[in-house]
Amino acid sequence: MSTQLSLKAEFVKGLWRENPVLASLLGLCPTLAVTNAAMNGLAMGLATTFVLLMSSLMISALRNFIPYQVRIAGYIVIIATFVTVADRFLAAFLPEISATLGPYIPLIVVNCLILGRQEAFSSRNGIGRSLLDSLGMGLGFIFVLVALGIIRETLGSGSIFGVTVLGDWFTPWMVMILPPGAFLTLGILIALANWYNDSSSTTPRSTDKKAIS
Amino acid sequence: MSKLSISTRMILVLTLITVLSGGILAGWDMFTKPRIEFHRLEALKTAIGEVLPAHDQYESRETESGTLYIGTNTGSDQPVGIAFMAVGSGFQGELRIMVGLTPDLTQLTGIKVLEQIETPGLGTKIVVDPSNKQDPFWFPAQFKGIHVAPEIIALKNAKPSTNNEVQGITGATISSKAVTRILNEQIANVKAAWTTKGGPES
Repeated sequence: MSTQLSLKAEFVKGLWRENPVLASLLGLCPTLAVTNAAMNGLAMGLATTFVLLMSSLMISALRNFIPYQVRIAGYIVIIATFVTVADRFLAAFLPEISATLGPYIPLIVVNCLILGRQEAFSSRNGIGRSLLDSLGMGLGFIFVLVALGIIRETLGSGSIFGVTVLGDWFTPWMVMILPPGAFLTLGILIALANWYNDSSSTTPRSTDKKAIS
Repeated sequence: MSKLSISTRMILVLTLITVLSGGILAGWDMFTKPRIEFHRLEALKTAIGEVLPAHDQYESRETESGTLYIGTNTGSDQPVGIAFMAVGSGFQGELRIMVGLTPDLTQLTGIKVLEQIETPGLGTKIVVDPSNKQDPFWFPAQFKGIHVAPEIIALKNAKPSTNNEVQGITGATISSKAVTRILNEQIANVKAAWTTKGGPES
């Protein structure tokens, strides 16, 4: 980081300009896998954001103690701890969601969005900045997962968050709740986001993208 | 800290992180375990309640072919039915089905698929069929009263004509047949275990 961003910019960048899914294409496995319904997308987004926040807190606090050579091992243990906490929490308090998301909650451990933020940001910045960064990235992730979930659930099941919105006349597009529907919808969303950015931005596109990936 | 050699620091920091992590998880597990166990038992109880005829309580009995859940009414030692968990492979992964049988093990009193990862919209109709607005549970419901001898058969494109046949799901023949195959195999096991254990009187 050659130039420090303002605290507000640190938070806002994850929402759209450096959105983990739309701009950096990180964390695509859960994005594609669980978004067949809006509720699943929301639950996965919240769980991931929790893990991201807690891991960033710990790792930015410990950043000067963890030797460079074992940093990845250290990060993964910290991330896995909070993933297990989130997984057990869902199993204990929201058993239906836990059953629907199944193995995808434990798989947050290998979500490259989380490890990516630790490596690129939390290990080099203070606690406050890291938390803002994580919150922005987490909200950006939730936004895309819920958007995908709403689109796929509407077309694939005729409902939004389990509430039927399209009547009996509507024949659900089965493909939308199957894996191909995830790829199609995500591709179209990314294309739309790029098209919007290209057509609306007066300033040149972000140049620090290399620092993110 | 900086006076220590790098290897010592690596060992020290990683040990510290893992001990901390173990501590957090142990504490969290103590907090969540009773609730998780509670939900598991509730789910089991609900499933047994759905597949067996009305009963006041059930007792678990361990046999070679897994746990049998025997439903009885208060004031009577005659079981109203016997339930057990049948596990086997479906189209894409494991199916876990709670199966209810009459005490003489000749007829099904109901089945409920508890876990499955079949194709959404096709194989998942073994649980619920949202495309059939009148009767979304038509597939599992038709197992009630089905005779298990000589074996349960899922028909393709035909209406059941005998008391051991059910109608298969169009577009999910493998899932339909997986259910009947798992039932046939495991009901046989349960029959064997039940008779060697001394039958309903014990």
